[in-house]
Amino acid sequence: MSEIFTNSIEKKNKIAPPKISADSFPAGEEKVMTAEDRHSEARIKGEIKIMVENFNFYYGNHQALKSINMEVITNSVVGIIGPSGCGKSTFLRCFNRMNDTINGTRYEGTIEIDRKNIFDKDLDVVDLRRNVGMVFQKSNPFPKSIFDNVAYGMKINGIKDKSKIEQTVERSLRHAALWEEVKDRLNKSAFALSGGQQQRLCIARALAVEPQVLLLDEPASALDPIATAKIEELIHELKKDYTIIIVTHNMQQAARVSDYTAFFMLGELYEYDLTTKIFTNPTRKTTEDYVTGRFG
Amino acid sequence: MSETLTIKRELEIPKPRGLSSSARDKLIHAFFFLNGMLSVIALIGIFGLLVYTAVPAFQEINLWRFLTGAEWNPTSYYEAQYGIVPMLVSTMMVTFGALLIAIPLGIGTAAYLSDVAGPRTREIIKPVIEILAGIPSVVVGFLGIVLVGPLIAKLFGTSNGLNAINGSILLGVMALPTIISISEDALNSVPKTYDQASLALGATRWQTVIRVKIPAAMSGIIAACMLGMGRAIGETMTVLMATGCAPAMPEGFLESVRTLTSSIAIELGEVAYNTTHYYALFALGLVLFVITFLINLTSDIVLHRYEKVNR
Repeated sequence: MSEIFTNSIEKKNKIAPPKISADSFPAGEEKVMTAEDRHSEARIKGEIKIMVENFNFYYGNHQALKSINMEVITNSVVGIIGPSGCGKSTFLRCFNRMNDTINGTRYEGTIEIDRKNIFDKDLDVVDLRRNVGMVFQKSNPFPKSIFDNVAYGMKINGIKDKSKIEQTVERSLRHAALWEEVKDRLNKSAFALSGGQQQRLCIARALAVEPQVLLLDEPASALDPIATAKIEELIHELKKDYTIIIVTHNMQQAARVSDYTAFFMLGELYEYDLTTKIFTNPTRKTTEDYVTGRFG
Repeated sequence: MSETLTIKRELEIPKPRGLSSSARDKLIHAFFFLNGMLSVIALIGIFGLLVYTAVPAFQEINLWRFLTGAEWNPTSYYEAQYGIVPMLVSTMMVTFGALLIAIPLGIGTAAYLSDVAGPRTREIIKPVIEILAGIPSVVVGFLGIVLVGPLIAKLFGTSNGLNAINGSILLGVMALPTIISISEDALNSVPKTYDQASLALGATRWQTVIRVKIPAAMSGIIAACMLGMGRAIGETMTVLMATGCAPAMPEGFLESVRTLTSSIAIELGEVAYNTTHYYALFALGLVLFVITFLINLTSDIVLHRYEKVNR
């Protein structure tokens, strides 16, 4: 129990089996739970959303990800940090198989979402992407009106009921904290919005498909501090309904928004733990050097 | 005082031999300006010549009857008829028929080439399309007579296949390369981030092409269709050979038609110089000119409006 949860290479990337039962945590007990405790509890309750096992990823001959093992608890926020080129964006793009669009990529191992391997032959990648929404680094609204941008996901899914579309558009925009700002100009071009608004529009667009997992690829890297703060606030809100994985270059951002932090380096998952632990008392020296800014 | 003067002289930049650089700059500027103006001058010249040669026709022909008359018979024994409506209708029929064939096919091919085809397929198809653009119109017309014509005759049970459909098919094929290559360029210039966003939302590849890429590339695609239309309206030899060229008012796509262009081509070789008939043929040319000008103008307006909405 006192054993610290680290998902490191020394432990051959094996996730520690559950050693405790839910009974070990009587209600009301004031106790600092380690990441391992939480994962064990989640495993018992069946609240593991994503499970990555021995995952390798290659661009041609270059191995971008090396035997990754990782679990993500339902409705938690996982921040992925690491120096440039460490494979964090590649990893993120595996969850909705966006890497399929790049020629010459291949993978080994499994990623399970809700206990289903997303690389299964009979899994429809279109269904997967509806379940796993993604927001990109640079906001990329379509050259359509604000309304049509959000409604796009529903329209391609064949939803024709106008009132339902309108309701979902409003709900998604409210969810993305953009409704009040755009409700009077839903038919204006999305390009008329500011950068931060465009990024929130992209989040609303992703939410409108009603995914369960949300992937955010440096969603605030091109935004000013105020817009960034809004996005971060939004992530806190969204956590209630979605499992979120966020890649970020900004260490403070990872510290602010995520429950768990995964530190990647050279394609390896160096350390994966509670965010507070990673930033205050990491197990490995390299992690400490990175989060304290000694390299990166 | 004298000291500073000498220093100044020493600092002077040596003058280049010949013209000063600013004069050279102006000369080059003027040269390129003239190059640019050349096409404008040519356009105005052509327009001026057309008007100058066409106007005498209206000393004898009533302009209203010219534009609305339903019979074209300049060599009539009784009273020469100069009504251009049959030719206008023919031109429109053949052109729109051609576009009806070429636009869906062209955009479909462009979408296939830009988003679906593998690199090897594309390498084969693209040059083939470019070769198609290079086939002389007289050869296409020949194919219309020996290949498409009999086929249409068999299919629709008509005595011959030299009619509006034949012309439409041939012109459609001729307009295809223009529409395909310009549409494909437009589709390729759509930012990749749009694809990514659409795919990440769970759209299939075709949904992405149809709902995101084609609307985003619409200005280029409209330009492509307009250029294709220009090609179809102005084409002479093919329609001359394949459409039968009966000057009567066409009653349907299975009728023989005679477009503005083929009328000019047929009659100008046999007409007596400086007669009303001669001038009337130039008036036909002027009408053709005005039509193409209007098409270009509308496409320009459409494009600008579209760009304003989207940017």
